[in-house]
Amino acid sequence: MKRILAAGLGAALLAVLVAATANPGASAPPPDIPLEQHKGPYTLAPLPYATDALNPVIDTATMEIHHGKHHQAYVTNLNAALEANPALKDKTLGEIFAGVSQYDAAVRNNAGGHWNHTLFWRTMAPPGKGGAPSEVLRAQIEKDFGSFDAFRKAFQAAGMKQFGAGWVWLIWADERLQITTTPNQDNPLMAVAAKRGKPILGNDLWEHAYSLKHQNRRDAYLAGWWDVVNWTEVTRPFYRAAAVPG
Amino acid sequence: MPIPFPPLPFAENALEPAMSVETLRYHHGKHHKSYVEKLNKLIAGTGYDTMPLRAIVERSAKARKDRKIYTNAAQAWNHAFFWDSLAPQSESPGKMTAEGIAAAFGSHDKFAEKFKKTAMDTFGSGWVWLYQKDGKFAIVGTPDGDPCFLRHGEPVFVTDVWEHAYYIDHRNEREAFVDTVLSKLVNWRAVEGRLNALKDRQEAKADIRRQAGGKGVEPWFIA
Ligand SMILES: [Fe+2]
Ligand SMILES: [Fe+2]
Repeated sequence: MKRILAAGLGAALLAVLVAATANPGASAPPPDIPLEQHKGPYTLAPLPYATDALNPVIDTATMEIHHGKHHQAYVTNLNAALEANPALKDKTLGEIFAGVSQYDAAVRNNAGGHWNHTLFWRTMAPPGKGGAPSEVLRAQIEKDFGSFDAFRKAFQAAGMKQFGAGWVWLIWADERLQITTTPNQDNPLMAVAAKRGKPILGNDLWEHAYSLKHQNRRDAYLAGWWDVVNWTEVTRPFYRAAAVPG
Repeated sequence: MPIPFPPLPFAENALEPAMSVETLRYHHGKHHKSYVEKLNKLIAGTGYDTMPLRAIVERSAKARKDRKIYTNAAQAWNHAFFWDSLAPQSESPGKMTAEGIAAAFGSHDKFAEKFKKTAMDTFGSGWVWLYQKDGKFAIVGTPDGDPCFLRHGEPVFVTDVWEHAYYIDHRNEREAFVDTVLSKLVNWRAVEGRLNALKDRQEAKADIRRQAGGKGVEPWFIA
């Protein structure tokens, strides 16, 4: 048993070393390290599915522009902002979020934009492929919101109440699940957030997320979005945040 | 009395190809209309329903509990002002406007540059305004639905920089959109007219102060 573990660790270490040598100076730590622990320079990860995979819930054109232009711009501009602020180069995204009010708007907006969209892509899956919440997660949702349906309704209502660009979040805070919203590209990890916590799931409320398909009908977008939530992935940040052994 | 939903001051296809029919149908026919409709539902039976739109914006801005009224009223006002700021034949700035732009920004190109930069720096949803304060032009970007007259000064021109304003025609290219508006769609005649109206009001106020012989009479009844 010990030997297997040691061999596994050795292989993992080797993989990290190989990755580091193969790609010197680049960021990309292994994907199981939460993004808030990453340091720049940052790269745009490919989508975990094709740009047409979320049809008909999210259309192909929206996916192409949203990932290829918007998210790419956040990554490019974040790297440029870090370049312009050498003191930030050794900080992780999480450390930047914790002290975010001291930095330029460019740091706040682009660091948030990169982190938020990364979680967003990871927690979606083609319609019907997103699985279901784990038993522990479902029980926690029922405990904190009354029922799974009540949770969805509350999440949609919060998304409607956020005026202008922003995000609606399911977070872990004060030992329970809560719903909150942030303006623009802020997120609940930021010191400036009205309600701080660990994001489990987030939906993008910028018009670029839905207007090509739904125009001004944010309500229709929010109601239809559940079909592409990847509950298998959502479970991971939840287990990590709530320290559920899993 | 409900707040009216104003028709576009030009035909739906009059701004083609700079601004498409599709954009105007959604932006005016859905977005703007829904702000007016929501506002009328919200103010029915309140003290607000006898007030003009701008007064609703000014009063609700001060009441936290009326936040929804404020956002819908402000957006109704902003959009009406925006449509009135655009024209199919853009012409060129009038005399007062051109002089004001030269005095404040150095040249028309520098004005356009500063306006575009402000648009790019207005992160998220918002509006970019050319306004007058103490007789001088300035540019400011405001977040979400905030109109310029609450905290900055009297607007003479505005551009909507919510994504819905440009997504159909320009996708994520906000700068290309603002550039198109500035170079092809500004209603300079309206801008000059607004400047003239501001000047008249300022002169009327100064007259009243003079006639009062410096006795501290404030002509509060002239906005
Ligand atoms: Fe987005
Ligand atoms: Fe608009």
